[in-house]
Amino acid sequence: MTAVSSRGITPGPPDRGAGPPGPPLPSARAGQPAVADGTRGLGPSLLLSALEAVRDPELDEPITALGFVAACELTEPGDAEVRLRLPTYFCAPNFAYLMVADAYDAVSAVPGVRETRVVLEEHFASDAINGGVAARAGFARSFDGEAVGELDGLRADFLRKAVMAGTDQVCRPLLASGTAPAALAGLTLGQVPPSRPLDRLKQRRAELGLPAGDDAPLLIDPQTGQPVEPDGLPLHLRKARLTRTSLEANGSICRGMLQHRYDSPGLHQLSEEDPE
Amino acid sequence: MYQKDGEKYFVVDSHMHYWNAAPDNWVPGAEQYAKGWIECFHAYQGLGPPATHWTIEHFQKYSEDDLMKDVFEDGYVDVAVFQPTYLKEWYKEGFNTTERNALMGEKHPGKFVYNTRFDPRDGDEGLKTLAANVDRFGSKGVKLYTAEWNNGSRGYKLSDPAAYRYLDKAQELGIKNVHVHKGPTIWPLDKDAFDVSDIDHCATDFPDLNFIVEHVGLPRIEDFCFMATQEPNVYAGLSVVIGGLMHARPKFFAKVMGELLFWVGEDKMTFGSDYGIWEPRWQIEGFVDWDYPGDEFSDYPRLGTAGKKKILGLNAAKLYGIEVPAECQLPAEAGTPGAHEVLAGQPEEHAASGA
Repeated sequence: MTAVSSRGITPGPPDRGAGPPGPPLPSARAGQPAVADGTRGLGPSLLLSALEAVRDPELDEPITALGFVAACELTEPGDAEVRLRLPTYFCAPNFAYLMVADAYDAVSAVPGVRETRVVLEEHFASDAINGGVAARAGFARSFDGEAVGELDGLRADFLRKAVMAGTDQVCRPLLASGTAPAALAGLTLGQVPPSRPLDRLKQRRAELGLPAGDDAPLLIDPQTGQPVEPDGLPLHLRKARLTRTSLEANGSICRGMLQHRYDSPGLHQLSEEDPE
Repeated sequence: MYQKDGEKYFVVDSHMHYWNAAPDNWVPGAEQYAKGWIECFHAYQGLGPPATHWTIEHFQKYSEDDLMKDVFEDGYVDVAVFQPTYLKEWYKEGFNTTERNALMGEKHPGKFVYNTRFDPRDGDEGLKTLAANVDRFGSKGVKLYTAEWNNGSRGYKLSDPAAYRYLDKAQELGIKNVHVHKGPTIWPLDKDAFDVSDIDHCATDFPDLNFIVEHVGLPRIEDFCFMATQEPNVYAGLSVVIGGLMHARPKFFAKVMGELLFWVGEDKMTFGSDYGIWEPRWQIEGFVDWDYPGDEFSDYPRLGTAGKKKILGLNAAKLYGIEVPAECQLPAEAGTPGAHEVLAGQPEEHAASGA
């Protein structure tokens, strides 16, 4: 069972603890270890560390690992500037907005930061997104007349996809090591050996308000939170694998496009892992 | 036709283009969008083999001779389906229009199928244009780009009442095949622009139309597959899947193919090179040679020679009524069924054994 942890597809950077990146909310980062880089007080590495908690909501991977952070610096003491870049000029504006807004919140919450500026570079909607986030205007006001609501529903939809993909990441090693498929429906989260994918799955479920404690079933419907019944198990596992394949293939195309667009790697970018 | 190991493959390139995206065609004031669009396409080409990469200048505007050589002479294609994309807010003459395609195609009789397009936001005028295009070009299919910008609107859904009005008209005019390409924007922008549930509604409400979802719904393969399993008139257009993954990311390509073969099945998958993003030659050669790279994919359906023949040409030939030479045809019932048949019969069957 110890092989499970080496199969994680999105290992955090080596200077982080074993836990997965936290959600981009100030409260969730309270216990995060500082980067041990020898500096005391506020520095770019602390900002980067905060950015590692910001995810691409569509791909469910940190924006740092994906290579989206082009620059991160203190222009003046306490004044943080982050420059983000995406694989294409036409990446979906709603997801782009969420990443810029989350980066803004994450950096602003770093102790000692007074002013935060997040700039999305070379995107068709750069002006609307950068201006809207700086003004804390919300999505609908940033795209006046083109959007009717905020992005909470969109974020939740994609968190549910992350839960499905994470279910495959947790279940596949269990099945490979001999757990009978039918037995999965009876397992709780606490009965699964510890691993990074398991931590990640629990965290995504908690973010959605779904059961995430040790006594919660391993397999649940991410829409309702209800346990998956044995007769629904084969289809559930199929969907979980399909969703994981989709997310990973998308991530892989995004990385290829980014590499074509920009010669240099992003800050704290990770190279792509094999899918299995 | 492509021949390998004694097998003959009739090739229909069901998704390709003849565009002009050079600066002479950029709309003043919208240059950044015209430039951004073609640079984005060019980045996709970067996912193909390096020997097939073009300079950005060549990519912006290739000639008729280039196309004929790349697609037919070197590329093994028997019949190619032009899929127009207008983007007239960014490109003065359009990115690639039905007219531009047909002007070229009429010099090469029998080589091309001319699909046209519509935009449900164009009102009564658009309906007239659609009728005129079908009449003039004999179109049996339309290509719809739902993220197209139009007078301040950033896109539409196929389930919009206006879209239904156009689908009704298209069907009445004799259109059979609706190729759908999703993009990054729709109305409203706070919804997922790539969501395919609108196609699900249309496929149910227009059972006599075929809906070919280009790029297999990428980046929403999961939603697409699950929808396609339930709708008998939904097809998977493989453009971008082969071009973007087969060379650059072979393991992901294998997984995506495995999922498509399971959920959609080889009878409902169609090859499209997406030329000029990628040349067809390397895609066809690689696809005919392709198999899963290793045992870890053993729980996915296999793809044999019969299945490859269907995907490369026979399925699209059926959709468009293209005559296939006897030597390239398959006996009836050859190949492997997809999940809509398998899942129904074997509920205990599941995929998650082994990794």
